[in-house]
This record gives sequence, structure tokens and C-alpha cells, in this order.
Amino acid sequence: MTLDPVILSRLQFVWVVAWHILLPAFTVGLASYIAFVEALHLATRRPIYLRVSNFWIRIFSVAFGMGVVSGIVMPFQFGTNWSRFSLATANVLSPLLAYEGLVAFFLESAFLGVLLFGRKLVPPWAHFVAALMVALGTLFSTFWILATNSWMQTPAGYSLVDGRFYPQDWLAIIFNPSFPYRLFHTVVGFYISTGFVVMSVGAWLIRDRRFAEEGRFMLSSTLWLLLVLVPVQMELGDLHGLNTREYQPAKLAAIEARWDTGTRVPLTLFAIPDQEHATNRFAIEVPLLGSLILTHDLNGEVKGLKDWPREDWPPVIVPFFAFRIMVGVGLLMLAIVVAANLMRRGGQLFARRGLLRALEWSAPLGFIAVLAGWTTTEVGRQPWTVYGLLRTADSVSPSLTGWNVLLSLLGYILAYLIIFPAGWVVMSRFVRRGPEAAPTVEPIESGRPQAPVREPPALSSGEGAA
Amino acid sequence: MAESAVIDFVPVWTLILGAGVFLYVLLDGFDLGVGILFGLIPDAPSRNLAINSVAPVWDGNETWLILGAMGLFAAFPVAFAIIIPAVYFPVAVMLLALIFRGVAFEFRFRDAPHRTFWDYGFAYGSLLATFAQGIVLGAFIQGFRTEGYAFTGSSLDCFTPFSIVTGICLVFGYALLGAGWLVLKTEGALQAWARQHGRRAFLGVCAAVLLVSIWTPVMEPDIARRWFSWPNILLLAPVPIVTLVIAWATWEALGRTTSHWGPFTGAIGLFAMSYLGIAISLWPMIVPHRFTLWQAASAPATQAFLLVGALVLLPIILMYTGWSYWVFRGKVRADIGYH
Ligand code: HDD
Ligand code: HEM
Ligand code: HEM
Repeated sequence: MTLDPVILSRLQFVWVVAWHILLPAFTVGLASYIAFVEALHLATRRPIYLRVSNFWIRIFSVAFGMGVVSGIVMPFQFGTNWSRFSLATANVLSPLLAYEGLVAFFLESAFLGVLLFGRKLVPPWAHFVAALMVALGTLFSTFWILATNSWMQTPAGYSLVDGRFYPQDWLAIIFNPSFPYRLFHTVVGFYISTGFVVMSVGAWLIRDRRFAEEGRFMLSSTLWLLLVLVPVQMELGDLHGLNTREYQPAKLAAIEARWDTGTRVPLTLFAIPDQEHATNRFAIEVPLLGSLILTHDLNGEVKGLKDWPREDWPPVIVPFFAFRIMVGVGLLMLAIVVAANLMRRGGQLFARRGLLRALEWSAPLGFIAVLAGWTTTEVGRQPWTVYGLLRTADSVSPSLTGWNVLLSLLGYILAYLIIFPAGWVVMSRFVRRGPEAAPTVEPIESGRPQAPVREPPALSSGEGAA
Repeated sequence: MAESAVIDFVPVWTLILGAGVFLYVLLDGFDLGVGILFGLIPDAPSRNLAINSVAPVWDGNETWLILGAMGLFAAFPVAFAIIIPAVYFPVAVMLLALIFRGVAFEFRFRDAPHRTFWDYGFAYGSLLATFAQGIVLGAFIQGFRTEGYAFTGSSLDCFTPFSIVTGICLVFGYALLGAGWLVLKTEGALQAWARQHGRRAFLGVCAAVLLVSIWTPVMEPDIARRWFSWPNILLLAPVPIVTLVIAWATWEALGRTTSHWGPFTGAIGLFAMSYLGIAISLWPMIVPHRFTLWQAASAPATQAFLLVGALVLLPIILMYTGWSYWVFRGKVRADIGYH
């Protein structure tokens, strides 16, 4: 078997970015939620808001730390594995990434210390400002990274000389055709993902009874928010799809598993796409609905993949199913949110244990949708890194051999399989401890209980690491 | 590419990137250094103090690494596209080490049953990340095999006796910075311990810097000519002389119990002089032997667009970074930080 550095580099990129995205999906929303609760506390001085805020800040600090370490890996991927892509696109993309660092990462990291450790050191308003700045930082970060990604999807404002891109119009580069749709759809997706987590934790706290008051606040506030955001997200997704049809029609054809161009096309609910024979097996279709949804017109034309040469086809089966997972999850979310809000009227929301349990189980939904959505987007873009202009196969670093990449990939797999479960355990331990007034000190030191009387530091002899 | 530009942005970008990388080396240098020393600190309360002395600032410090990488990508993409793949393994090792070390800050306090594991992660992560950065430095000084704008050597080229020595050199250097930081931020027994280990690191740094300073001109005739030809030898003589003076002052401050700022400032001085020395040796190349700063530069429009933001934002960043250091000024208190 020969090891292909291109395939392995792609696998490596998917592995590191897919783990990384889970954390922004949580921290972008959570930072805003913390700022919101801090604002409530500043305005009303009610201690419950302080407890809720401190509770989420503790969880945030773990998630954020993991977001940072997995994020630092990302820009280096461009250099180590995608150096030809980097050289070709640097003139256009590098300022976007650098601006992300300048406006977002520094803002977040500088105010993070104050948010986490500064409650006793700065006045309350300054602590709120720190929370706000961290939240803003995460949003700026999302702005710039999505501008980067969207330019790769729908490049604009450039000229191409000798295989390298040169900037012509910065506004056109940043606000490229798919960027507004991707930005709003992603940010709302992140808020929804966080909302479902907060809601689920709130439901658990109510059922657990120790911190029912905090739980009711979390559940109720996020349910209102989700009642608005989930339908908005569907509308945004629809608009995003129309945009994709216009600028990346081959991707849309893959999402719909549509091989032949046609008007009045049906909507394929389910099928097993067969790329080799360019046909669908076991298809379940609804007549006319395809044209209606994709073009908002019963007679609308939808392009099929056969309009493009085969070497430009994306793999169909992945975007096809990933998209259906995302939309399915979206519909499920809508059902949950509407049902739970209806229960409010009878005052049953906090009393029905079955409902609370269902809400608890809904925590991962947002993350599933986010990963499915990104898989649709990125695999649907194949075989290009810059859509229609630069092929993935021509983007990889020329010096890499298969085993080079295999070795680093194994390293990343091992590291992430240790780090992420550990982070999960730590965060769920915080949840189980609940929003108590003051965090307790862990009584264990390196596996031994710390002596009640602290020994004076024995500093004469050196020993090995801890 | 810069020929057609009306204004030449390369010098200002060289300055910004140079300053950014130097800030990274100092800032992450001291917290990586604390991590390197951490494994040697004998008792648990002192270890907690040591880690709390860097907990509120390490994230901001590491952000300069991203800025360095993105700055190189933005201002000198040819160098980025050649150097980063050429140091594939050191970069991967550095990133993996930084992952373990970064999460250890949180996890050792939050995941008490596995604290020993995370403590190892913190200590060895810091050590490995530093060593890997030193390898990158050594490989960079030695230069790369290229064809056109691409690195064409093997991913193992970067491991040479020379780069391994620079790796060790950086470990001692960061440990010295870390010891200086601990002297500054702690008191009593831990401070005394930091002074003692600072002196050990100092001796290591001296040996390593001496070795590299002799090795480099022997290995690279161009660099030898730059330093030892007339009148350069006279003009550049202040560099080693000032270095010697700073070295003496650092050693002295490490021993003097009334000096809190001395060791840290001295270590910064030593780093500044070494940095200057490397810059003098390599100027004006950004990919040694192959591309000058100007040949590797990005399009003027790119440099200009980013410069606008950088000139506005960098001072603001420095201001609020300064503010967050100021909030956590003074000796570390046991009640601030992770518990
Ligand atoms: C909570 C998360 C979430 C939910 C409920 C939905 N999406 Fe989504 N979707 C995303 C989260 C997301 C995402 C992960 O954020 C993506 C990936 C790239 C992007 O811009 O957003 C995405 C991509 C994405 C794309 C791909 C665009 C492209 O790259 O060409 C389309 C067409 C839709 N979505 C449409 C929908 C529709 C019609 C939904 C109705 C149920 C929907 N999404 C629900
Ligand atoms: C927003 C910034 C992002 C940028 C700049 C970016 C860029 C890239 C690049 C350079 C590749 C490698 C070439 C390739 O295999 O296509 C890639 C592939 C991929 N990325 Fe992204 N990506 C981004 C975000 C994401 C996110 C958030 C996900 C979420 C899961 C993701 C999922 C993928 C997948 C699944 C592939 C592989 C496609 C395939 O192998 O067929 N990307 N992306
Ligand atoms: C190839 C793609 C990506 C690169 C190069 C990248 C780079 C980074 C880096 C370097 C960090 C650490 C920042 C720090 O030190 O504070 C980070 C964190 C972060 N990234 Fe990414 N990232 C990528 C994908 C994404 C995507 C797709 C999003 C959102 C849409 C995103 C949003 C964030 C946010 C919000 C943070 C802050 C830390 C956190 O909230 O967890 N990133 N990213």
C-alpha cells in the first residue's frame, strides 16, 4: 500500500479542525451568555446571577483553554501541510488570518485572565467589561476565520498571476458572495449549540433539586432564545442554500444527489447515491418539491453533476447524507423547542420529569448539526481548495512523504484522544458539582490527601518531576 | 515583487515581525521556562505558586506565537512556504507539546486524581516545546534545500548536530528566563530556590552560547566574514562586550538577595543580545542563502492593507496586555489563580 500525502494531509486537517470547531461552537455562545448574565448581575445585584455566571465561567475556562490549544495547531497546518496553497493564496488570505490574531485573539486572551481570576481584583463593572470583551473577541474571531473560509468557497476581488493570487479589492475579498450567509448561519448555529447545552444543564439541575432555582433560570432564559433562533436558523439555511446554488452549483448538485439537469425536479428525501453509475438507488422522492425549495419556483432549473467533467465532481455521498443529518437535527430541534415552550402555559415545564430528561439528552444536537453542516460545506467544495481555481491535490507541501504525515497524524490522534475526553470529564464534574456559592478546593494532591498542616517547603533537595 | 511599489513596506514589516518574534521569545520564554523548572521544584505548594505565577498570562503570551506565524505568512509568504514544511516534525512536536502543557494549567487543578499525569505533561511539554523551537532556530540558521519557491529536502534534514545544540541552548535560556520570573514573582524559599537554579541555567546558557558563537562562523564562511573582516570587527565589537557585561550583571543579581528585578532583566538582556547577533549574521536573508526579505515579501497591497491595522492595533494590544499584567502585578498570592 502506498501512503498518499494528500489523502493523509486531508485526514489530518479534518481531524484537527473538526475537534477545534466543537470548542468555538460552544465558547462563542457561552462567552455571550456569560456577558449576558454578568450584565443582569450588574443591573440587579441578585446573587443568583453571580452564582450562575461563576458556574459557567468555570466551565468556560476549560473549554476555552482547549479551544486555544487546538486552535494554535490550525494556522500551522497551512504551513506544514498546505504550503503550496499558502504560497498561492498568501497575498489575499494572510491579512484575514492575521487580522483574526490582531483583533480577536489578543482581545480574548488579555481579558480572559481578568475574567477568570480577576473578580477580587477589579471593580464589578471592569469584570463585566472583561466578559464583554471576551465575547466580542470570539465573535471577531468567527468573522475573520469565516471570511477566510468563504473566500476559499467563493473567491472574489483577486487577480491571478503566475499561479498566485493578488488582491484587487479588499472589501470584495472579505465580503465575498457566500460570506454573509456563512457568517450568520454559523454564528446562529453556535448560539443554538450553546443554548441546547445550557438548557440541558438547567434541566438537570432542576431534576437534581440542589440548585433548582439556578436551573429554572438557565432553562427558561435559553428556551425563549431558542424559540426565536431555531426558526431563524432554518430561514438562514434556506438563504444559504440559494446562495450555494448560484455560486457553487456542483456542490448543490452533490447535496441533492442530482445527476441530470432538469426543471420541476423532485426532492430526494432518501437514496443511496451511486457515483460510479451516476444514479441513485432506493430513492424516495417528492415530486416538484426539489425545484420549489431550491429555486423557490416550481419550474426552476436545478443543475446536475453531468454538466461538469468527472474530475471536477465532489464525492456525492458525504455531502448528501451530512446535509440530511443537519436538516434532520434542525427539525428535531424545532420540535423540542416548540413542545417545551407550549408546556410553559400549563406551568408544567419545570415539573415534568420526562420532559426534563428529554431536554437533558438534547445537549449534543447542536454539535452534531455544526459538524454535519461543515462536512457538507467542505466536502462539497472538493476537489478544490480555492473553488474552481486551485485543486486540493495541488495544494499540498511538495516535500512531504506519506509516512511523514502518517506519523504526525498519529500524534494528533493520540493527543486529541487523551485531551478531549479529559476535558469532557472535567467539565462534567463541574456540572455535577453545581453552581455552589464558593468553589471548594480539591483535597487531593498528587493522589495523596494534602496534610491538614501544610509542611514548610522542603527546598533543599531536588527530585524528579512531581 | 516590491520593485513596483511606491513605498517600500519591507523594512517596517521586518521591524514588526522581528519585534513580534522577540516578544514571543521573551514572554512565552519565561512561562515555558517556569514549566521547565516546574518539574524540579520539590514541594507541592511551591509548584502551585509557580504555576499560578503564569496562569493568568500564558494564553496571551502564546498568542504572540500565532502572530509570529501569521505575520510571517502575511509579510514574507515565500519564507513561510519554505521554512514551515522544512521543519515539519519540530513544528508538530512543538504543537503537541504545547497542547499538553496548555491544558495542564487547567487540568492539574480540576482533575486531581490524575494530577501527576498533568504535572508531567506540563513539565515535559514545556521542555519539548522549547527544544523543538531550538531545533527550528538551528535549522533556520543552517538554511534549506530549495527549488524555486519550494522546499525540496527531506523532513528529517532539520535534525543536525548543530540544531540539536541550539535546541539545548534554548532550553537553558528559557529556564534562565523562567528562574528570573520566579525570583521576581515569589518570595522566601521558592525565590531562593529559583536563584540557585537560575545560576545553573545561566552556566548552561553561557556554555551553549559560546559553543554556537564559535560553531556558526566556522560552519558558515559568509557569517565569519561578516563578523571578522575589517572594519566590521571593530564596529561589531560592542556586541560581545555588552553581552559579557550583561552576563556578569545577571550572575551577580542572581546571587544578591535584594535584587528582585535583576535576574529577569539580565536574562532579557542576554536574549536581546543573542537575537541581535543572529540578526547581524543573517541580514538581509529571510531564507538563509536563498531569499532576501525583499524577494520573499508579499504583494505591496497586502503589506499595506495589514499595516494599517497593525499600526493601530499593536499599540492598543500592548496597552491592554500591559493592563492585564498590571492587574496581576506584585508577588503571586496564594489566593489568586487556580484553586
Ligand atoms: C445548529 C446548527 C445548525 C442547524 C440547526 C442548521 N445548520 Fe445549516 N449549517 C450549519 C449549522 C446548522 C453550520 C455548521 O454552521 C454550517 C457549515 C458552514 C456554514 O456556513 O454553516 C451549515 C451549512 C449549511 C449549508 C451549506 C452551505 C454551503 O457551504 O454551501 C446549507 C445549505 C445549510 N446549512 C442549510 C440548512 C438548513 C436548510 C437548515 C434547516 C434545518 C440548517 N442548515 C440547519
Ligand atoms: C473556517 C476555516 C476553515 C478553513 C480555512 C478550512 C480549510 C480547509 C483546507 C485547507 C482543507 C484541506 C484541503 C481539503 O482536503 O479539502 C479543508 C478540508 C476540510 N475541512 Fe476545512 N476549513 C475550515 C473550516 C472547517 C471546519 C470548521 C470544518 C468542520 C468540521 C472543516 C471540515 C473540513 C473537512 C471535512 C475537510 C476535508 C474534505 C475532504 O477531505 O473531502 N473545515 N478545509
Ligand atoms: C482552519 C481554520 C482555523 C484556524 C486556522 C483557527 C485558528 C485558531 C487559533 C490559532 C486559535 C487560538 C486563539 C487564542 O490563542 O486565543 C483559535 C481559537 C478560536 N477559533 Fe479557530 N481556527 C480555525 C477554525 C475556526 C473556525 C471555523 C471558527 C469559527 C467559525 C473558529 C473560531 C475560533 C474561536 C472563537 C476561537 C477562540 C477560542 C475559543 O473560543 O475556543 N476557528 N482558532
